[in-house]
Amino acid sequence: MTMIFGIPVQALMGQLLLGLINGSFYALLSLGLAIIFGLLRVINFAHGAQYMLGAFVTLLLLNHGGISFWFALVLAPLIVGLVGAVIERTMLSRLYKLDHLYGLLFTFGLALAIEGTFRYLYGASGMPYPQPVQGGVNLGFMFLPKYRGAVVIISLAACIGVWFMIEKTKLGAYLRAATENPTLVQSFGVNVPLLLTLTYALGAGLAGFAGVLAAPIYQVSPLMGSNLIIIVFAVVVVGGMGSILGAIVTGYMLGVVEGLTKVFYPEASNIVIFVIMAIVLILRPAGLFGKDA
Amino acid sequence: MSAPLLKVENLQAWYGESHVLHGVDLTVTEGEMICILGRNGMGKTTTLRSIMGILRKRTGRIEFAGRDMMAVPLHHTARAGLGFVPEERGIFASLSVEENLMLPPKVAEGGMSVEEIYALFPNLHERRTSPGTKLSGGEQQMLAMARILRTGARCLLLDEPTEGLAPVIIQAIGAVLQKLKSRGMTVVLVEQNFRFAAKVADRFYLMDHGRMTAEFPVAELTSRMDMLHRELGV
Repeated sequence: MTMIFGIPVQALMGQLLLGLINGSFYALLSLGLAIIFGLLRVINFAHGAQYMLGAFVTLLLLNHGGISFWFALVLAPLIVGLVGAVIERTMLSRLYKLDHLYGLLFTFGLALAIEGTFRYLYGASGMPYPQPVQGGVNLGFMFLPKYRGAVVIISLAACIGVWFMIEKTKLGAYLRAATENPTLVQSFGVNVPLLLTLTYALGAGLAGFAGVLAAPIYQVSPLMGSNLIIIVFAVVVVGGMGSILGAIVTGYMLGVVEGLTKVFYPEASNIVIFVIMAIVLILRPAGLFGKDA
Repeated sequence: MSAPLLKVENLQAWYGESHVLHGVDLTVTEGEMICILGRNGMGKTTTLRSIMGILRKRTGRIEFAGRDMMAVPLHHTARAGLGFVPEERGIFASLSVEENLMLPPKVAEGGMSVEEIYALFPNLHERRTSPGTKLSGGEQQMLAMARILRTGARCLLLDEPTEGLAPVIIQAIGAVLQKLKSRGMTVVLVEQNFRFAAKVADRFYLMDHGRMTAEFPVAELTSRMDMLHRELGV
C-alpha cells in the first residue's frame, strides 16, 4: 500500500476529497455572505437558514411536485432568492439607517424564526434525499462517488461565474462601486435600492443553491444551516470581510485544511478553522484577501 | 430672456437638526455657466447636494427644465439631466479608469463619445487600465468630470474642481470648462478661487451663512474686488 507521511494514500485522498466537498459548501456560502456584507454591510445571520431553505425546497419539490434534482437546482435558488428579495424589501431595508448591529440582530432573529418554523413542521431529525447520480469512478487510489465529484465541479463553476459577473460585467461594476459609495452611484442614475435588493437575493440564492447541492449528501434537517454557519463566518473572516475572491479561495482552502487535519491529527479537525481564524485576526485583521481599512 | 433651465427658490436644507441653508435662490439659463463663491462652511456644497437630491432634508422649490425636482428620487435626478461632480471626486478604487468612466449610465443623447473624451483628456486614455485611485489629483478631477460628460447630462454641478491642484492643472481644467461652454453645456460651479472662475463664469453668486447675498455678472467683477476680498477673506 502506498504511503505518504505514513498515511495510506487512499485515506489521504479520501479526506482531501471530503475537504474539497466541504470546501465547496464553505466557498458558496461565504461567497453569498461576502456579497451581502460588501454592499449592504449586513452580517447575514439568516444565511444558514437560507441554506437550509434551499435543501427543504428541493425536498418538497420532489415530494409534492415530483420535480427532479436538476430542475430543483435551478428552481430552488430562485425561490430562496425571491424570499430573500421580499425579506430585504419589506424588512431589512428599514434598518440601513441604523447601526449595523441592528441588521445582525434582525437576521439572527429571522434565522431562529425560520429554523423554528421548519422544526415545528418537520421535526428536528434529518430526512434523506435520493442521490441524483448513482455510482462512482475508481481512480485507482480511491473510489470517487460521481455526485460528490459533480458537487465540487458545479460549485466551482458557480463561484467562478459569480466572480466573473462581479469583476467583469457592468452590473458587477455597479456593485463594486456601490460598495464604496452608494450615494454617488445613485446620483449617477443607478437604482441603488433595487441593486441592494438584487444583491441580497443573489446572496440568499447562493445559500439556497448550496442547500440544494447539500440535500443528497447530508440529511435535510432544520438545523443543517446553524451547524454550518459558524464555520462559514470563520471562512469569511479569514478571507477578508466582503472580499469575493477571498471568500472563494479561503472556502476551498479551509475545507482542504480541515480534511487533511482529520488525517494527520483528527482531534484538532473541529477546531482547526477557528484556530486559523484567531491567528489571522491577530496577524492580519482585514483577512488574507481583505483591504486594510 | 429665455426661461431658466434650473431655478431654485427659497431652498432650505438641514444636516440632522442643523439648519444649513436658509432660503437659497438662484437661476441658471441654458448654456450659462454660473459660479457660487463663498468661504468654507457657507453652504456652497450643501446647495449642490440639495439640488442634486443627495441631501433629502430640504424644503423650497427646485425646478429643472420645467420639472419640479423636490419629490424626484436621487437615481431619477441624473436621468432628468443633472450631473454632479463632487468635491472629493468620488473615484472608485476597485474600478479601473475606464470602468470609472463608463460607470454612469447614459441619460440622453448628445453626451461626449469615449473618443472625444480621450481626445480631451489624453492622460486618461494612457492610464485607462490603471485603478482609478492611482491617478494624480488632477487626473482624478478630469476623470470625475469626464464620466459625467459622457452621460448626456444637460447641466453639470461642479464642486470646487480646482481644490488642492497645481496651477498647471487648474489651467487645464479651465481650458476644459471653456470647451464645455463652447459646446453649450450649462454649469453650476462652486469655487473659492474667483480668479479662476472669472475666466469661465458668466455670472456670480456670493454665498454667506446659507443664503445668496449678492449676484452680479462677470463684467462687474473688477468693480467688486474689494467686496470679494472682504467676503472671501483672500
